[in-house]
Amino acid sequence: MTGVGYSWDFSFLWMYRWLLLKGLGITLIYTFGSIAFGLIIGLLVGLLRLSRRWFLSLPLIAYIEAFRCTPLLVQIIWFYYAFPVLVGLDMPAVVAGMLVLSLYTGAFYAEIFRGGVISIERGQWDAAQAIGMRRVQVLRRVILPQAVKRMIPPFLNQSIIQLKNTSLVSTIAVADLLYQGQLITSATYRPLETYTTVALIYFVILFPLTLGAQLVERHLQRSD
Amino acid sequence: MSGPANEAMIEVSNLWKAFGPLQVLKGISLAVPKGSAVALIGPSGSGKSTLLRCINLLELPERGRVRVGDQAIDCAGGKLPDDKALAGFRARTGMVFQLFNLFPHMTALENVAAGPLYVKRLSPQEAKATATALLAKVGLADKAHAYPSHLSGGQRQRVAIARALAMNPEVILFDEVTSALDPELVGEVLDVIAGLAAEGMTMLLVTHEMAFAHEVAKTVAFMSEGTIVELGPPGEVLVRPQNPRTRAFLARFHSFARTFAGTGR
Repeated sequence: MTGVGYSWDFSFLWMYRWLLLKGLGITLIYTFGSIAFGLIIGLLVGLLRLSRRWFLSLPLIAYIEAFRCTPLLVQIIWFYYAFPVLVGLDMPAVVAGMLVLSLYTGAFYAEIFRGGVISIERGQWDAAQAIGMRRVQVLRRVILPQAVKRMIPPFLNQSIIQLKNTSLVSTIAVADLLYQGQLITSATYRPLETYTTVALIYFVILFPLTLGAQLVERHLQRSD
Repeated sequence: MSGPANEAMIEVSNLWKAFGPLQVLKGISLAVPKGSAVALIGPSGSGKSTLLRCINLLELPERGRVRVGDQAIDCAGGKLPDDKALAGFRARTGMVFQLFNLFPHMTALENVAAGPLYVKRLSPQEAKATATALLAKVGLADKAHAYPSHLSGGQRQRVAIARALAMNPEVILFDEVTSALDPELVGEVLDVIAGLAAEGMTMLLVTHEMAFAHEVAKTVAFMSEGTIVELGPPGEVLVRPQNPRTRAFLARFHSFARTFAGTGR
């Protein structure tokens, strides 16, 4: 099929530029939306996970591991097709997509935040508590300012991966960039140009972001 | 805090502490009179540091009573004191650590001001004034704006002492505060502690500096396997130890034995 005899022609895609742009918009909305919701979930879960009370930490561990140890695609399909059967309530695809992406990345964020906090030496807790700080003060004044620096690189990496993850919502007909590519392909029968373009759009956004994350990481290492 | 001068400022009664199956403290009782220094010596693993950590409740004893000044906490299993009560107790019980544990994201001044600012809730100006005065007291006025990573070990430990002093504690617990220092930096830290002892600060020191204990402490307690085996004036415990375990331990400090050979046996 490819190579000899195939004449590349990207010009037809110009006709579909608004469709691709709209798809990209949806992809970015899902990326930033799920990062924002995931951030809230991750902060709450990550900090509550520090509690030594089992009735708090056990359900949270269950949540984190359920979402870390099953494929995201399975989670999306389960929430869209199976969950409504369980609760007898239909969930629009756009809601199911955002919900699962947020819960998924929230589970990873929670572990990143918890990992940052527990990576701070025990002596810091000792010293802060020895001058009379309460646990919340120790976290706020001593532990978090140090931990946040350690959390930033893995947080950025997870967020970059999250942009790629959003493409999975196309499987439940959320009109993201990849889904628009599928629509264009079925209308034009030119998958090679269409999907190449879709991939290039992802790359053009992700490559600078990845470089930026590396720069931030190097900068943080230097200021240690 | 009135009362006779020999009233105990720290009083520990029948203190027990275990980590899992390991019984670290086995019914310790100890009193530190107001304004005096007591040195705790003994082999590593004997429970000295755990005893200190129990006195300001960084570790919660499973049984026994701890009193510092007019605050007392009874540990009889049952209900543990809450975070607020623990913080209040610790705020008046200063502690200095072997590894300094300075806050690396704060300057020397901010480290010392942290307690007054966040715990005592003084205004930033007052906290800064307190911290500046205390840094001067430990001889580090010129390092106020240095971060811990730019200070020597001896300087770090002096900042840590100033940080403890900033809470106006009734007592200070020193946990092997010179053990992590290069030998040439030990003196500057011991000088600060000796100065505090001379001012009448009540203190309990875990130390391996036998000469220093002899010089500063009114009482020396030798700990072994979770109990206080021998207790008395340094001239007795360090120079004429009665207990065979104390003798065996002190025999390892050859230089010390030589230093005090004239005054001893």
